[in-house]
Amino acid sequence: MASLWEYANPKKFIDTTSRFIPWLFGSALICLVTGLVWGFFFTPDDFRQGSTVKIIYLHVPSALMAINAWLMMLVASLIWIVRRHHVSALAARAAAPVGVVMTLIALATGAIWGQPMWGTWWAWDPRLTSFLILFLFYLGYIALWEAIENDDTAADLTSILCLVGSVFALLSRYAVNFWNQGLHQGASLSLDKEENVHDVFYHPLLICIAGFVLLFIALVFLRTQTEIRARRMRALMARERLTA
Amino acid sequence: MKALLLRDIRLAIRAGGGFGLGLAFFLIVVVLVPFGVGPQSELLSRIAAGTLWIGALLACLLSLDRIFALDWEDGSLDLLATAPLPMEAIAAIKALAHWLTTGLPLVLAAPILAVLLNLPAAGYGPLILSLLLGTPALSMIGTFGAALTVGLKRGGLLLSLLVLPLYVPTLIFGAEAARRGVDGFDTTTPMLMLAGITCGTIALLPFAAAAVLRVNLR
Amino acid sequence: MTLSVQNLSITRGGIRVLEGVSFMLSPGEALVLRGPNGIGKTTLLRTIAGLQPPLEGQVDAAPDTLVYAGHADGLKSTLTVEENLDFWAQIFGQNDIASAIEAFDLNALRSRPAGLLSAGQKRRLGLARLLVTGRPIWVLDEPTVSLDTRAVEMFAQVIRTHLGQGGSALLATHIDLGLEEAKTLDVTPFRASAAQLDEFDEAFL
Repeated sequence: MASLWEYANPKKFIDTTSRFIPWLFGSALICLVTGLVWGFFFTPDDFRQGSTVKIIYLHVPSALMAINAWLMMLVASLIWIVRRHHVSALAARAAAPVGVVMTLIALATGAIWGQPMWGTWWAWDPRLTSFLILFLFYLGYIALWEAIENDDTAADLTSILCLVGSVFALLSRYAVNFWNQGLHQGASLSLDKEENVHDVFYHPLLICIAGFVLLFIALVFLRTQTEIRARRMRALMARERLTA
Repeated sequence: MKALLLRDIRLAIRAGGGFGLGLAFFLIVVVLVPFGVGPQSELLSRIAAGTLWIGALLACLLSLDRIFALDWEDGSLDLLATAPLPMEAIAAIKALAHWLTTGLPLVLAAPILAVLLNLPAAGYGPLILSLLLGTPALSMIGTFGAALTVGLKRGGLLLSLLVLPLYVPTLIFGAEAARRGVDGFDTTTPMLMLAGITCGTIALLPFAAAAVLRVNLR
Repeated sequence: MTLSVQNLSITRGGIRVLEGVSFMLSPGEALVLRGPNGIGKTTLLRTIAGLQPPLEGQVDAAPDTLVYAGHADGLKSTLTVEENLDFWAQIFGQNDIASAIEAFDLNALRSRPAGLLSAGQKRRLGLARLLVTGRPIWVLDEPTVSLDTRAVEMFAQVIRTHLGQGGSALLATHIDLGLEEAKTLDVTPFRASAAQLDEFDEAFL
């Protein structure tokens, strides 16, 4: 019985994921096209929000993935700390830029949606503020990876930062809620909305979320492969220096 | 442990130690704010509590990279690491020394600077209490950040980028407590949250800082 | 009080530099490590001092018996000679600094800030630190850098006294200290034979 940890071997990881990546990208594309076309052109306008509501098909999935990417990094960091699987550290590194982009999409679409709905591009709403703080955490994490030359040291330091950062990100979430509970906009921005959303909005939204999840996995696989290859290149060069 | 604490305080006070630099920076920030937002005393008294908190936070940030960088450069950190003190104790003592030489003076200076910003009389007590509760957390979080960046040549900017997001909860609860005090509301909840954050960071972050230091010393 | 190193392999910057290093250092003995620059003497000493983990092998010594002195002396320029020594004595739970000051002839400089000392004087102060720690096994990396001949003799005398009191010393140095009793270990034969990377890099090949 093959153990899951076998995939911690870089070669095995590349071999296995290479087979999945085209399928992942393909199905992500199908899901996104279906979901977005369905959502944009074949759903009625909301009676309150008009056609602006349709940005939900980008906004909600990207926001979800922004948080999930961080969670994935946290898990990968823990695996690195506990079991010291190198692929795990590199996967965390690979996921961070994807997470940043997701956070940016969520913030940008939120601003675009907020403009017609609240008459402002930006409000210090708890949810918006939390995402801005999450964005800052991503920036710090990526900057630390970039700043350290020794990959082993960088993996250790960033995974500890990820652990500590997760605790503080969670704290910030509660702090921000406490700080500005009065302004909370309720359903117009909330993820809980899905429960109230009518079926005509709900199904394309689900497909879009699936599309974003698949896209995220495909991108992380691809980027992890790149990181592994870059690492192998440096290792080969180091060996060459030794034999020279 | 006492020896390390005393040495750090002595080093900070001696010439070139940077003691008072944070205080001067705090003063300048507070003086600059009215230039930026205008001299209306009513406006200033509304933003006084928040400005003092942000000023204290930035002044604290300014001196963080000295916590380990100097000991790293002259080799003391290597020698301390091989000394009978556990790394966790070194991190905690360093944070305490930083608080005593930076945080505490800021707390003491805050009421004087509050006069410049027209802080309402009701706000003084909560402001000082919130700073007193919150600045130890700033020092401890900063020590962790300094430990992360100790081996880097230009770590100062990165240190700010890493530490500032971590400061968010402390700032929110601290400034909220001070503002509620100004407005005459009950400050119990934010004060307790602030105390909780401080206790939590003091209890846990020395371990994270020590782990990070060990990695950096390799 | 014996330091025993068995089959030690070490890495520097992700590359294995020395492997299979083994030796014993008993009380009263001194061992001088020799070898060309870049062979990994500093890394070996840092590994023995516990500052970095070995790749393979073991370093065995009773706890709290080692003291390490590297290239940097760990002095604070604004503290006086006396304060610097006092600090390290207290860190190691000792309180006698007088004999250390005596041994390295620092009496006249007692109250001078370390920042105003010359390079050789700083080094003497850095070495005096070893005496105030009260630890028996000294691990020294290039201890004689910037010392003049008189100071080198002074240092050799201190080591002789230390060995006589049952201490031991492991030194990496290029200078002949005039320590007849010291054994020499050339680390060149332990140079990592095959071009090998550390475990992190090897995982990717």
